[in-house]
Amino acid sequence: MIQASGNRLDSNIPDGPVAEKWDRRRFELKLVNAANKRKYTIIVVGTGLAGASAAASLGELGYNVLSFCLQDSPRRAHSIAAQGGINAAKNYPNDGDSIWRLFYDTVKGGDFRSREANVYRLAQISNLIIDHCVALGVPFAREYGGTLANRSFGGAQVSRTFYARGQTGQQLLLGAYGAMLRQVSAGKVKQIPRKEMLDLVVIDGVARGIVTRDLVTGKFEAFAGDAVVLCTGGYGNVFYLSTNAKSCNVTASWRCHKRGAYFANPCFTQIHPTCIPASGTHQSKLTLMSESLRNDGRVWVPKQQHDPRPPHEIPDADRDYFLERRYPTFGNLVPRDVASRAVKERCDAGFGVGSTGYAVYLDFREAIARDGVDTIRDKYGNLFQMYDKITAEDPYKTPMRIYPAIHYTMGGLWVNYDLESTIPGLFVLGEANFSDHGANRLGASALMQGLADGYFIIPYTMGQHLATRKLAKVSTDHPAFAQTLADAKARVEQIASINGRRTVDSIHRELGKEMWNRCGMSRDEAGLKATIERVRQLREEFWHDVKVPGTGESFNQNLEHAGRVADFLEFAELLAADALHRKESCGGHFREEYQTPDHEALRDDENFCYVAAWEFQGADKPEALHKEPLAFEAIPLASRSYK
Amino acid sequence: MAGTLSLTLKIWRQPNAQTRGHFETYQVDDVSPDMSFLEMLDVLNERLIRDGREPVAFDHDCREGICGACGMMINGQAHGPDAETTTCQLHMRRFRSGDTIVIEPWRAKAFPVVRDLVVDRSAFDRIMTAGGYISVNTGSAPEANSILVPKDESELAMNAAACIGCGACVAACKNASAMLFVSAKVSHLALLPQGDPERRRRVVSMIAQMDQEGFGGCTVTEECEAACPAGISVSNIARLNREYLKSALGGGK
Repeated sequence: MIQASGNRLDSNIPDGPVAEKWDRRRFELKLVNAANKRKYTIIVVGTGLAGASAAASLGELGYNVLSFCLQDSPRRAHSIAAQGGINAAKNYPNDGDSIWRLFYDTVKGGDFRSREANVYRLAQISNLIIDHCVALGVPFAREYGGTLANRSFGGAQVSRTFYARGQTGQQLLLGAYGAMLRQVSAGKVKQIPRKEMLDLVVIDGVARGIVTRDLVTGKFEAFAGDAVVLCTGGYGNVFYLSTNAKSCNVTASWRCHKRGAYFANPCFTQIHPTCIPASGTHQSKLTLMSESLRNDGRVWVPKQQHDPRPPHEIPDADRDYFLERRYPTFGNLVPRDVASRAVKERCDAGFGVGSTGYAVYLDFREAIARDGVDTIRDKYGNLFQMYDKITAEDPYKTPMRIYPAIHYTMGGLWVNYDLESTIPGLFVLGEANFSDHGANRLGASALMQGLADGYFIIPYTMGQHLATRKLAKVSTDHPAFAQTLADAKARVEQIASINGRRTVDSIHRELGKEMWNRCGMSRDEAGLKATIERVRQLREEFWHDVKVPGTGESFNQNLEHAGRVADFLEFAELLAADALHRKESCGGHFREEYQTPDHEALRDDENFCYVAAWEFQGADKPEALHKEPLAFEAIPLASRSYK
Repeated sequence: MAGTLSLTLKIWRQPNAQTRGHFETYQVDDVSPDMSFLEMLDVLNERLIRDGREPVAFDHDCREGICGACGMMINGQAHGPDAETTTCQLHMRRFRSGDTIVIEPWRAKAFPVVRDLVVDRSAFDRIMTAGGYISVNTGSAPEANSILVPKDESELAMNAAACIGCGACVAACKNASAMLFVSAKVSHLALLPQGDPERRRRVVSMIAQMDQEGFGGCTVTEECEAACPAGISVSNIARLNREYLKSALGGGK
């Protein structure tokens, strides 16, 4: 799979101490004269936290922005579903937090597979984000004195998480959506919903536009610009069942990859420990229960395998609070990957609960006795209600049943320090890029990163691209647009014309099951090789036997899904190949062959302390591996311990 | 687990905005009570696809009640029979075997049908564009704790800000009024000190846009509150009216 190739990766990290790098870079970056900004058009794809904040801040600067989303409204982007909170190093609780500590926690939490310089910048910017969001009217939780409230969150020993009940993502997204609509009103942003990006247009090696399909009429269109900013989220739905929204997909990223953007660390996927377990084969997605619940809930299984008693009949002496037992310092607050694997280990060993045996209890009995039911309702009321709706069980009375699920993907398109991909003029923000979370993301960091990228990084780095490169004016009359449009159209028409026997959903489910079983929470060489074979077969099956009724010239949700599954079927192979090549365990990537005697992840810094960036070489050809070495200068490499 | 359900579905089918729609009847069996309403429709759609027929189109995305994409009239009720519950969070254990369920799109002049159960709610985005925000440029915000917000006020603002923009309030209203939706945003921002400088201008321009989109007037039947999956209270409409009156008297500045 791996081919030797020249290293073309320049991460472009500024010189100097880590704390001065961003200041230095901001000074080095070229500026676009205020009067010239209106001459440039920037295409922003996606309207989640990264996309909406980028469109808003670029519009404020005076650029012309075209903002695309595939939903009926930009406010539906999946950032809306983030529950728990957003981190910042404000140190309001006076409990020892600092930019350096947030930086340190994030690098360590990412298991030393992220880029130090990017993470430091993220921690620096975190405080500005809170200031800005408050100014935008985000109704964060408050103390009685009117100041902002904080809570602690998975993997952190300080209280640095800002939150708006269990709906922090919703409130931050609506803030960014409002900021963007203000620019719509000002005429600087044009908002274009229900259009799906199906390809990138590259002219003279520079990203100059996109091709879209109108999801209502089926019409293919091309849009030209001076830069493309991809904010299209993660690829968790390659596993079919995940906490992602149904429309989350890898298509935009994958098409850019096929046009020359390297894909970094695709095997770094995050499993979230606290999700509602699947209830049957009809399950269409999984629902997350915010990990803030682990602040007050205690995780346990019966000490006896296959204990048939209902939870309230099991006395404390017969309960195994296994996270507290194994990790006395962090207890129930260990990072997501550590908690998820511990849950899986207990269930695999026969201690799981519920009808399937694939669940553990998350119990609030003690917290309710200690703080009173009203306090618990204040903190988690909407989550408890959601749980009750889905399972018809009342978590105030009986412990929740939880099991891990795919939740976030740390891998993504490779970007340099300026968030620019290996295709000049193509910037990648938020979950769609790879840069800040390494092999595991800490809770309440995704919102922080999406907004840091969109509000506070792209407005600066965009100028460098526009001011230093001589960009010829192009319009959609350029032959590259016609060619890319014809390619995209032909592909969709081909899918619509196969008229085989299998439904898109059945193939997607099968792909997901394969990926979850052998490329999910734990992986090994034989399983990964088998997965690659199976993915290839499924891909064949798709292109010969898929059935999509209706036409491409109308609103056809099944056809949309088919296009996305076709891309997942290509991408899945790269994900498995990346997992196969990384012969170590780190963060969310757990290889059975590489573990310590007490079953913790065993990193190999000697051989794998690098970003794996994959280059597309052509259909059915192995991808070429490029390595970006990771240097840890500010925080020395150390093995993670949460004991 | 209880036994499975057999149901008769009467679903509105309409290929596009230009063509007249009609009800079609489908029988679905083996419905698990643990399925969500949308998962039940998924099962129907898989069968239709296997038979070479076009599946029922419906908007949906997060399937956890927060994105606001899903929404349909279920036996004449927006989002179905459960209080404060979106369609995606409605579960089939709420129904009995043998039930007939009538499923229609939101019905409102301002929400034209796109296909089957999918409607065009872009009017909501245009109302928000008219003023549903605080005008502050990135980079110019003061330190976050320099703006103190009393906890009670902040909680009230959050109650209003919880609106998911699904449109159930409009669908449930006999006048197809969007007052609950508009009042939620106006209240959220009027209750916060940050929203104060623009509060008069905001309410006037959002109401003007609302009227222009063809939503009906409010006659205080409170159906909107009953249908709202996010629990938005009609007291926000009272606040909206006060804000509007104050602005009108103050010249909309």
